[in-house]
Amino acid sequence: MALVKIQNLTRLFDVSKPWLNRMIERREKAFLTAVSDVDFQVDERSTYALVGESGSGKSTIGRMLVGLLPPTKGTVEIDGIDLANETDDAKIDKIRADIQMIFQDPFASLNPRWRVRDIIVEPVAARGGNTDGLAEKLLEQVGLSVMDAGKFPHEFSGGQRQRICIARALASEPRLIVCDEPTSALDVSVQAQVLNLMSDLKDNFGLTYVLISHDLTVVRHMADRIGVLYLGRLVEEADPQDLFESPKHPYTKMLLEAAPRMDGFGREVTPPDGEIPDPINPPSGCAFHPRCPVAEDICKRDRPAMRALGGARVACHLAD
Amino acid sequence: MVEPVLSLRNLSVEIPTRHGIVKPVDGVSYDIGAGEILGVVGESGAGKSMAGNAVIGLLNPPAHIAAGEIWLKGSRIDNLTGEAMRRLRGKEIGMVFQDPLTSLNPLLRIGDQLVETMLTHLDISQSDAEKRAVSALEEVGIPGAAERVNSYPHEFSGGMRQRVVIALALCAEPSLIIADEPTTALDVSVQAQIIALLRRLCRERGTAVMLITHDMGVIAEATDRMAVMYAGRLAELGPVRDVLSHPQHPYTHGLMASTPLASAGKSRLHQIPGAMPRLDSVPEGCAFNPRCPYTTEKCRQAPAPRPESTSAACWYPLAREKAS
Ligand SMILES: Nc1ncnc2c1ncn2[C@@H]1O[C@H](COP(=O)(O)OP(=O)(O)OP(=O)(O)O)[C@@H](O)[C@H]1O
Ligand SMILES: Nc1ncnc2c1ncn2[C@@H]1O[C@H](COP(=O)(O)OP(=O)(O)OP(=O)(O)O)[C@@H](O)[C@H]1O
Ligand code: SF4
Ligand SMILES: [Mg+2]
Ligand SMILES: [Mg+2]
Repeated sequence: MALVKIQNLTRLFDVSKPWLNRMIERREKAFLTAVSDVDFQVDERSTYALVGESGSGKSTIGRMLVGLLPPTKGTVEIDGIDLANETDDAKIDKIRADIQMIFQDPFASLNPRWRVRDIIVEPVAARGGNTDGLAEKLLEQVGLSVMDAGKFPHEFSGGQRQRICIARALASEPRLIVCDEPTSALDVSVQAQVLNLMSDLKDNFGLTYVLISHDLTVVRHMADRIGVLYLGRLVEEADPQDLFESPKHPYTKMLLEAAPRMDGFGREVTPPDGEIPDPINPPSGCAFHPRCPVAEDICKRDRPAMRALGGARVACHLAD
Repeated sequence: MVEPVLSLRNLSVEIPTRHGIVKPVDGVSYDIGAGEILGVVGESGAGKSMAGNAVIGLLNPPAHIAAGEIWLKGSRIDNLTGEAMRRLRGKEIGMVFQDPLTSLNPLLRIGDQLVETMLTHLDISQSDAEKRAVSALEEVGIPGAAERVNSYPHEFSGGMRQRVVIALALCAEPSLIIADEPTTALDVSVQAQIIALLRRLCRERGTAVMLITHDMGVIAEATDRMAVMYAGRLAELGPVRDVLSHPQHPYTHGLMASTPLASAGKSRLHQIPGAMPRLDSVPEGCAFNPRCPYTTEKCRQAPAPRPESTSAACWYPLAREKAS
């Protein structure tokens, strides 16, 4: 069953200069399209990964998912409830407790002046819930010690801090955790510990994850389903094996080809041409067409719709 | 044997702290030959940057070289005065850091920065330098180089800025480049462009490159030999193919196994228990011994032998078969 259902999700940011400058320079208002018409569903108890390069809109989607940012257009439904349009406060409260988020930077996301105990129980305390022994229980669940409850964040290493963030996310017994680059700031050996912990917790508590990452190896290891983003658009969605073994979208192909391989000794890659275009003035038609090796006229003209192709979904006129 | 471009001999860097002296670099030796790329990997805090900074004379006091020697093309450079080191830095050693903005002056057009560097270090005229600034930008793949020389650093994207930094690092024709996480802040597609560029320049000009990164994939694809650092010490050193395919040090082996790629198809990743020690509590004997599956009494007492040209700093190096 789908726990998360996202439809036509779109988010613009107003990046205009101040009004007076616009008048003097005779400029229109400028909008940046961070997320454009994105559709996907996440099954309960599965891990859905969003991959894409910097600026592709991953975090913006994550923030809209947990209700930190309202969509400009489209809907986010969690368990059938649309947070932006729901009027029943009790339902909203219930859903908010069901969703948590973990961020990339375990240093910035912990208040340095709070003890670990208070940090961890904060989401529950804020709702007036019972926090007796909660921090201690959660610390053990994430592989830290009960003794750590009275310490401050600076007394922990990066991996330990991310465990504290995970403990805090678990405090309200959520069903869905949006993890935004949870291991990008960590060393590989520490990353292995955190990813294993995430897998264990998912099994033990029946969690659903939306995992945001730019690291293809992490995504391949963790995900049940993968969505590839380019310039705010979902360009391909598939199961890990299909995506890595037979990518269908030219951008996915380019991304996989460019990613360094641990067995790629002396591999001569022909590096991809160009860079990601300006999201304020995205290319016409398919946003990838200026860099696409197989683009035809139609690609410049029409934006390709998402269509099913085998077990995957692809937004490309020519993919087959 | 041909003389290496860079040679570290038992290099140690020390920092006096309130709790005693710590050694972020502890008896490290390695060479880099002309046209060779040496990859330096290790966890955060292992001492990779500190070793690179020691070579370019940019250690922040109170960190200082406490023992050992650094040789560049046959001359000792660890005992140079500040002024002599400064001259050497632009001329013989180019630098590329993670954040390109640290290497660029935001107030100067990039062409002027290139010209200034060349006039300082090379014996050429202003007009020659201006011409070479354009070709330097062309060489690193900046489109429209003739116009772009007039742009300021903020007018470039992150990837383009890093190309400009590479052009700047190379314009005085140094024999050594120290690249400290040059692509860590960049997207994979741009990273592939920068790595291809570094490899080409290294091959064409015979520049020696020290490439510091924590990305094993980059190491595999870009480097000829690699050095693995752990708690300030060299854990393993050797040709990249040998070290990655058949690691001999239990730490390297564990590190490789913990990457998601190595665990393809497995539901759990290999885990090395514990964490790298803080510098003020590096254990006696082999620094890795509390985390190592093969530890014996000997490992707890005597520091492991230092790796020579190709081997692991371990009393019981994994046999090639066992490790694979
Ligand atoms: N508050 C904001 N105001 C203006 N633009 C924004 C804002 N937040 C995000 N953007 C822009 O929206 C686009 C998508 O950003 P987002 O942070 O979602 O990307 P991302 O895929 O998470 O990238 P990264 O991998 O760098 O984290 C980018 O072009 C970004 O500059
Ligand atoms: N002033 C100082 N006092 C004590 N220790 C210090 C000081 N400055 C740096 N260190 C330590 O020196 C060690 C070496 O740091 P270095 O920057 O070389 O690591 P690195 O391998 O480059 O790591 P990273 O991957 O994070 O860049 C670190 O463990 C750091 O904590
Ligand atoms: S739609 Fe056209 S331009 Fe876009 S990826 Fe497919 S082939 Fe390339
Ligand atoms: Mg992001
Ligand atoms: Mg460093």
